[in-house]
Amino acid sequence: MNQANLLAQILEWMPFVLQGFVLNILMSVLAIAIGTTVGTFLGFGQISPNILIGAPAKLATQLFRNAPWLVLLFYCIFLMPYQVNIGGVMIQLPSWLRATIGFSFPVAANFSEIVRGSVNSVPRGQWEAAEALGYSRRATLFRIILPQCVTRMVPPWMNLYALLLTATPLSMIVGVEEALGRTQAAVQAQSDSRVLIPMYLALLAMFFLYTWPINRLSLMLERRFRTK
Amino acid sequence: MTITPNAAPLICLRGVRKSFGTFEVLRGIDMDIRKGEVVAIIGPSGSGKSTILRTINGLTPINEGTIQVGDIEVSDPKLDQVKLRHRVGMVFQQYNLFPHKTVLENVAMAPIQVLRQPRRLVEERARKLLADMRLPDKASSYPGELSGGQQQRVAIARALCMEPEVILFDEVTAALDPEMVKEVLSAVRKVAEDGMTCILVTHEMGFAREAADHVYFTDKGVIVEHAPPADFFTKASDPRTKEFLSKVL
Repeated sequence: MNQANLLAQILEWMPFVLQGFVLNILMSVLAIAIGTTVGTFLGFGQISPNILIGAPAKLATQLFRNAPWLVLLFYCIFLMPYQVNIGGVMIQLPSWLRATIGFSFPVAANFSEIVRGSVNSVPRGQWEAAEALGYSRRATLFRIILPQCVTRMVPPWMNLYALLLTATPLSMIVGVEEALGRTQAAVQAQSDSRVLIPMYLALLAMFFLYTWPINRLSLMLERRFRTK
Repeated sequence: MTITPNAAPLICLRGVRKSFGTFEVLRGIDMDIRKGEVVAIIGPSGSGKSTILRTINGLTPINEGTIQVGDIEVSDPKLDQVKLRHRVGMVFQQYNLFPHKTVLENVAMAPIQVLRQPRRLVEERARKLLADMRLPDKASSYPGELSGGQQQRVAIARALCMEPEVILFDEVTAALDPEMVKEVLSAVRKVAEDGMTCILVTHEMGFAREAADHVYFTDKGVIVEHAPPADFFTKASDPRTKEFLSKVL
């Protein structure tokens, strides 16, 4: 009887926590989109023979890759304005959006390394064969090297996404109402110590059920591409 | 195949020197290669054979000397890369086919994309070349589905499709299983017999002897001696050549 009550009580709070989890997903999807876009440019910068492009790209990559995610998050939360004025229109930057931008930095840096690594993993002979056929460096990169890289980049990219999603609860510390923050709030509101463990277990289950299939898929793709 | 000694050489190297760091790979190379000639470069590993080939199509820039291919000065800083690569084809030891493209695309893509020739014309030529290389039914296969010998023959077709005046063969059979060496060598032979100027770096002494018009022996970055194969393999004069031949023959 007591057990059933407890379960009902926890289920009652689940929509509240799940709404928070939707924010985790939203932040992770936005951050991976921004991070992948910026990281692509950083990665191309890193492999550029031009030192004026290569050096800053390498510096930015190393800087954001080796900084703790939480520190980058603090920077974005506290140094970014609450609202920006774009052409006379005031746009509010809620804390979840600023946190998302904070997450985009390490994602961009890590993706930059994925791009550099996968381009460098293509055998040198491919560059030489293309050069011997009269392709310029740029044409070789876009027509011959990158098409071979895309499949190599997908598994580590998916791993990066899984890592990013599991890092999003960090934003609770800076006041974003995501799943962890909401779980904590729900536990406190119920003022019943028995719900503590099941509530956090439910939270774990949410993350696991979302992330695990992604990791499995990435593993599967990795195997498929390796055998080819 | 016939040598006309008085004709101006198609390829001419003079005093070519190249260092990698402090190691001098080429220490003054002179060569003259005429149109239609088949030249074999042999020598111990690390003697600079492959580097010579790679300087001729500009893959490896040189430190000193001059290289002339027809009217193109290879070491000219304002060199038109496409023009040079159009005239000089290359086949590599590791084939280096593009794994994400079909065999036909591998052969036809450079003439279409680099030389801007019409697709229909190029593909027709590519199919004919694949037939010449005895691979008529492999056009839509991917390189990964072919044997090493087949891949190397595709690589030869790819070089030919650029319609070059000379093809550089860089140890093209060195990565192959023994039973595939023969099919590739006969493909090279066919290319040579069709009148293509060929420069081969090879360890296949038997092939050099039969197919080449001229054999160069390199050691430690210099050309020790060169002669027609009949003379080279029987009356080599330099002790280094004799020593090498006694090891490989």
